[in-house]
Amino acid sequence: MSVIEVTNLHKRYGGTVAVSDVSFTVAAGEIFGVLGPNGAGKTTTVECLAGLRVPDGGEVSVLGLDPRRDVTRLRQQVGVQLQESQLPDRLRVTEALELYASFYREPDDPARLIEELGLGEKRKTPYAKLSGGQKQRLSIALALVGNPKIAILDELTTGLDPQARRDTWGLIERVRDRGVTVVLVTHFMEEAERLCDRIAVIDRGRVAALGSPAALVAAVAPEQRIRFRPSVPLDDQLLADLPQVTAVTRSGSQVVVTGTGDVLHAVTSVLARNQIIAADLRLEQATLDDAFVELTGHRLTD
Amino acid sequence: MHAFGQILKTETKLYLRDIPSLLLILLLPTVILVVLGLVPTLRVPDPKFGGVSFITYFTPSLLVASLAMVAVNILPSVLATYRERGILRRLATTPINPAALLLAQLLLALAGIVASAVLLALVARLAFGSPLPQHPLGFAAALLLGTAALLALGLLVAAVARTNRSAQALTVPLFMLVMFFGGVYLPRFMLPDLVADLGAYTPPGVQALLDAWTGTAPHPLHLGIMATIALAAGAGAAKLFRWE
Repeated sequence: MSVIEVTNLHKRYGGTVAVSDVSFTVAAGEIFGVLGPNGAGKTTTVECLAGLRVPDGGEVSVLGLDPRRDVTRLRQQVGVQLQESQLPDRLRVTEALELYASFYREPDDPARLIEELGLGEKRKTPYAKLSGGQKQRLSIALALVGNPKIAILDELTTGLDPQARRDTWGLIERVRDRGVTVVLVTHFMEEAERLCDRIAVIDRGRVAALGSPAALVAAVAPEQRIRFRPSVPLDDQLLADLPQVTAVTRSGSQVVVTGTGDVLHAVTSVLARNQIIAADLRLEQATLDDAFVELTGHRLTD
Repeated sequence: MHAFGQILKTETKLYLRDIPSLLLILLLPTVILVVLGLVPTLRVPDPKFGGVSFITYFTPSLLVASLAMVAVNILPSVLATYRERGILRRLATTPINPAALLLAQLLLALAGIVASAVLLALVARLAFGSPLPQHPLGFAAALLLGTAALLALGLLVAAVARTNRSAQALTVPLFMLVMFFGGVYLPRFMLPDLVADLGAYTPPGVQALLDAWTGTAPHPLHLGIMATIALAAGAGAAKLFRWE
């Protein structure tokens, strides 16, 4: 069941086209990534979903509502965390959550959210005294306090150190486990690959590709390479006969198998059947980064 | 209603935590009054001041200082900072109308002005024997309309300034003009007649405040001009205001 449907979305600012033609659907309960370089039109796209901007063309439906007409009902059910939105310096953590909770008809319990997001120790700390990661967690808490069905999170981990970024990823997975559909805007490949069930790759205002991270990679670079050292001498033909395998070569004591699809599974099954142990087994495959270059003709971060 | 109550409560807490601004708003005019009041000659009635002491004559100008501070300095700066930091934009993503925040800020500005005025009038009365405003109704009208005109100008600045810095570029000259025409920098008897006369027509209308304080009903024209400025600037602010 899809909770968001975007069809031929188009948005201009004056003479500049921010979003040229974007279509996608988001299923209930998934983490959907909107991936692309800065200026690709990601933020404008989600701002149209949140009813913050009025599209110049195309259709947008969120939970069956039109963000233009039903914006009041929409905002009860969609939590939004915006890029670079801050809070007053002297506002304390609990106060911020209690304030935002009062805006919604059926809010979550602020005290519980504070604990869940690991801000229990900081509940009386003013916003200005929080670390970057804590501010980000508070911002996520504010997006969740209204008990939304959908959470739109824009550039969540930009500016965070690697540890805080990984903590935030764990948090987003827990949000999804609560049954919230997550739309995640990011320009970090690693983030999209790790978190998202499906991704829309947006480039220059258009959807360049749509699918799961693995499918995107497989579509542009289907070849995978398996390297291992067999525990006993191995007849190459045993592997070369497999339909998934395209080539078997040797590199010193290593066997290098190239193939497609579930080649890893096919190869390990054959080895197991022949009671051969594969030492130093390595799977090399293209990354989402490689896929992005293939799809758009340029790197994501440059 | 619950949401607005929570916004007002939260904004009030933030307002009370900003101690330097709070002291400026509440105490500065009264402190200046007390310092001047310690000079004996300034407490003697003088025909030059229409038969009242300099202290009594100057008190409405001190009130102008407090009004200017709140309406064209602190209010636009707070709102521009809220916009600059994305606080208004974030509110726009929730079911609440961000105008609720504006209303809360206006109520707090008003509360600050009234508290400052009451303190000033009481100290002038109790410490220096200046009369309380002799035409209470006229004084209330002059204070209300003058405040409304200045707050509307402050909102107009807040409506167009994208950052606190650009707000300051507008509020500093505005603040200085209000203070100058209000006779805060130089007492009005020292100003050229033309400038002193102009001060009757520039917000918040110090002449109407002085008249009402000393017992004359404020001139309807003076009040009318303040009302007009309040409406025009208020309408402009409402039209131009952006949440981001």
